[in-house]
Amino acid sequence: MRKVFARPKSMKDMPMHYCPGCTHGIIHRLIAEAIDELNVFEQTIVVAPVGCSVFCCDYFDCDAYGASHGRAPAVATGVKRVLPDKIVFTYQGDGDLAAIGTSEIVHAAARGEKITVIFVNNAIYAMTGGQMAPTTLLGQVTTTTPKGREKELNGSPIKMSEMLSVLDGSAYIARVSVHNPAGIFKAKKAIKTAFETQISGKGFSMVEVLSTCPTNWGMTPLKALKWLEENMIPYYPLGEFKTPTEVV
Amino acid sequence: MPRVVFREERCKGCELCKEFCPKGIIEMSGIINIMGFHPATVIRMEECTGCAICARMCPDLVIEVEREDKAIG
Repeated sequence: MRKVFARPKSMKDMPMHYCPGCTHGIIHRLIAEAIDELNVFEQTIVVAPVGCSVFCCDYFDCDAYGASHGRAPAVATGVKRVLPDKIVFTYQGDGDLAAIGTSEIVHAAARGEKITVIFVNNAIYAMTGGQMAPTTLLGQVTTTTPKGREKELNGSPIKMSEMLSVLDGSAYIARVSVHNPAGIFKAKKAIKTAFETQISGKGFSMVEVLSTCPTNWGMTPLKALKWLEENMIPYYPLGEFKTPTEVV
Repeated sequence: MPRVVFREERCKGCELCKEFCPKGIIEMSGIINIMGFHPATVIRMEECTGCAICARMCPDLVIEVEREDKAIG
């Protein structure tokens, strides 16, 4: 008998603080598996965001920084430029990356910083209690849009992957989802490709992972996965928007 | 024979493993764990194929899978 599935080595053996059914845990595991498979555990540095995943450095057994809200790409830029041999990645939510940190992420991508960004998009501000985020879908009910998000009042949700993929500096941009086992396999592949892009020095890489927030969406974990599949994927199409071969 | 091991004290009872198990052999236990949730448990271990889909869906790394053939994925 051999273990075919166990905790990745680069994850600490401790219980996670996330709500039941929150897909942060799955995404953490995929990152840790990618780090293990690429054998870069000793060189990896994570930059933690502000949001539910603010304590993600408690779970990744690698060196870590905590950045101010939205500033993880700026901190990662500094780390990577000072320590170019290290593998630097940020782990950010949509409130962190697409709202307060829009400037940082856009310019980090435009500069072609050789960092990897894992962008967890659950279409809501989760840690603060479920307010509308820039990625909240039209019609989606949150605590600050009790009648649903309106286009006339709030504008349309921002598609970060499409937006960043048109910048020359970005090398690998993909959007994946973790709503079912097949999606998880594809997410793992995309995350690994993003790290490989950084290791080979091709430029900025980002993987947007569509994620659930059962607590703030007010759904059971299973219903949340179904809601993601039926509502988020049609608006946020999955796929690779830019691959390193397209870099001029 | 494949074997799955659930660390029941870590389970938050989200039921994702139960939903995605192709054999439908995972159920929520009647007991309440230290965190106050009904943990998932395998009711018919002899039917388990060791596909590890439950473990891949689990957000809390509760599940370990052992099998005799080589590793997948």
